[in-house]
Amino acid sequence: MALFDAFTAIVRRDLVLALRRRSECANPVLFFILVITLFPLGIGAQPKLLQAIAPGIIWVSALLATMLSLDSLFRSDFDDGSLEQILLSPYPTSILVLGKITAHWLTTGLPLLIVAPLLAVFLGLPNQSLSILLLTLALGTPILSLIGAVGVALTVGLRRGGMILSLLVLPLYVPVLIFASNAVEMAGSGLPVAAQINILVSMLLMALVLAPWPTAAALKMSINS
Amino acid sequence: MFLVPDPVVRFFHRMASPPHFYALTERLMPWLVVIFLLLAASGLYGGLYLAPPDYQQGDSYRIIYIHVPSAWMSLFIYVVMAIAGGIGLVWRIKLAEIVMISSASVGASFTFIALVTGSLWGKPMWGAWWVWDARLTSELILLFLYLGVIGLYGAMDDKRSASKAVAILALVGVVNIPIIHYSVEWWNTLHQGPTVTKMDKPSIHVTMLVPLLLMALAFKIYYLIALILRARIELLQRERNAQWVKTKAVEEGGL
Repeated sequence: MALFDAFTAIVRRDLVLALRRRSECANPVLFFILVITLFPLGIGAQPKLLQAIAPGIIWVSALLATMLSLDSLFRSDFDDGSLEQILLSPYPTSILVLGKITAHWLTTGLPLLIVAPLLAVFLGLPNQSLSILLLTLALGTPILSLIGAVGVALTVGLRRGGMILSLLVLPLYVPVLIFASNAVEMAGSGLPVAAQINILVSMLLMALVLAPWPTAAALKMSINS
Repeated sequence: MFLVPDPVVRFFHRMASPPHFYALTERLMPWLVVIFLLLAASGLYGGLYLAPPDYQQGDSYRIIYIHVPSAWMSLFIYVVMAIAGGIGLVWRIKLAEIVMISSASVGASFTFIALVTGSLWGKPMWGAWWVWDARLTSELILLFLYLGVIGLYGAMDDKRSASKAVAILALVGVVNIPIIHYSVEWWNTLHQGPTVTKMDKPSIHVTMLVPLLLMALAFKIYYLIALILRARIELLQRERNAQWVKTKAVEEGGL
C-alpha cells in the first residue's frame, strides 16, 4: 500500500515538526484557556449564568482557537517550498492533504479535547454533560480542521490572509457550532442528544470525503499564482 | 458534445468571446432598460396602488414588493455565481469568471437590501429590529459568504487565479448553504425565543400576488442590467492590452 505509506509519512513528518516546535503547538491551547477565562471576568461570575452559557463559550472558544491555528497548516511548507514537492508527488494530492489535516488535528484539536474537562469544571458545567462535551469536541474539531483547510489553502499565497481567512471560514463553521453546543446544552438538562450526535457524525463523514478535493485544487491555485 | 446541436455550440463559443459579448450587450442594453422600467412601473403601480391593504398589517405589508424579490434574488444570484464559477473552473472560460465575480457584489447588495427592508418591516410588526429567526440568521450568513467572496477576490492581485479561488469558495459555499440553512432553522425551532412571532404563510390574494411576481421579474432584469454593466467594465480592465479594446477606444474616445 504505497498510498497509505505516503499518507503516514506525511502525518509522521508533520508530527515530528510539531514536536520540534512545541511552543507553537501550545499556542492554540493557551488561547483556548485564555478566552474562556475572559468570559467570567467580562460578564460577571454568577454560577447560574456561567453554567447556562458554558457549552456556547467552550465551543466558540474552540472555534476561535482552531481558526488561529489554521495558518500553521500550510504556511511553513508554502514558505520553504515543500508544498510544491507534495503537489509534484505521484500520489493524489487530496490524500496527502488529508494526511496534513490529520496531523494538524492531532496537534491542535486533540489538546483542546484534553483540557476541555478542566475548563468545564471552571465554568461549572453539569457532570452529565461532560462526556457529551468531549464527544462533540472529538467529532467537531476534525470538521473544523477539514473545512478550515479549504480556507487556508485559498489564502496561503496572500501576504495578509488573516482577516480574509476568518471571513471565509467562520460562516462555514456555523452548523458545527449549532449542533455541538446544542447537544451539550441538552445533555445538561438530561435530554436525549442522539439526533445532534448523528448529524455531527454525518457532517464529519461528508467533510472527510468532500473537503480534501477543494483543498488540493486551492493549493494548486495558490502555488501557481 | 455529440448530443448538442452545432448551432448551440457555435452560440456558446461566440458568447465566450469577449469582443462579441461586448458588442452584443451594447445592443441589448436599451431593450433591457425599457423592459425593466415597464415591469417595475407596472409592478409598483399594482403593488402600491391597486392592491388592497392587508386586513391585519394595513399598508405596511407593501414592503414585500421590495423585500421578497430581493430575498429571492440573494439566493438566485449565489447559485448563478457558483454555476458560473464551476464553468470557469472546468472550461477556463474567461467570461464565466467575469460573470461570477460581477454577480458577487450585486448579490451582496440584494442580500443587504433584503436584510434592511426586513428589519424595517420587523420593527412595527414584531416590535424588534432584529430577531434571531431562522430566515434572518441564514440570510445574514449568506451576506457574510458574499463578503468573503468579494474580499478574497480583492485580496489577490492576479485576477485569473483570484477567479479560480473564488470559484472554489463559491462551490464549497453551495454545498454548505443548505446545511447552514437547515441547521439554523432547527436551532431556532429548538429554542423558540419568546418574542418571535411565527409568520404564518397566508394564502396571498391574486391582486397582491401579480404585482409581486412582476416585481420579481423586474428585479431579475435589473440584475441582468447591473451584471452586464459590471461585466463590461471588468472585461475592459482585464483585456486592456487586447487589440479589440484598443480599436474600440480609438473609435469611441477619438484617441
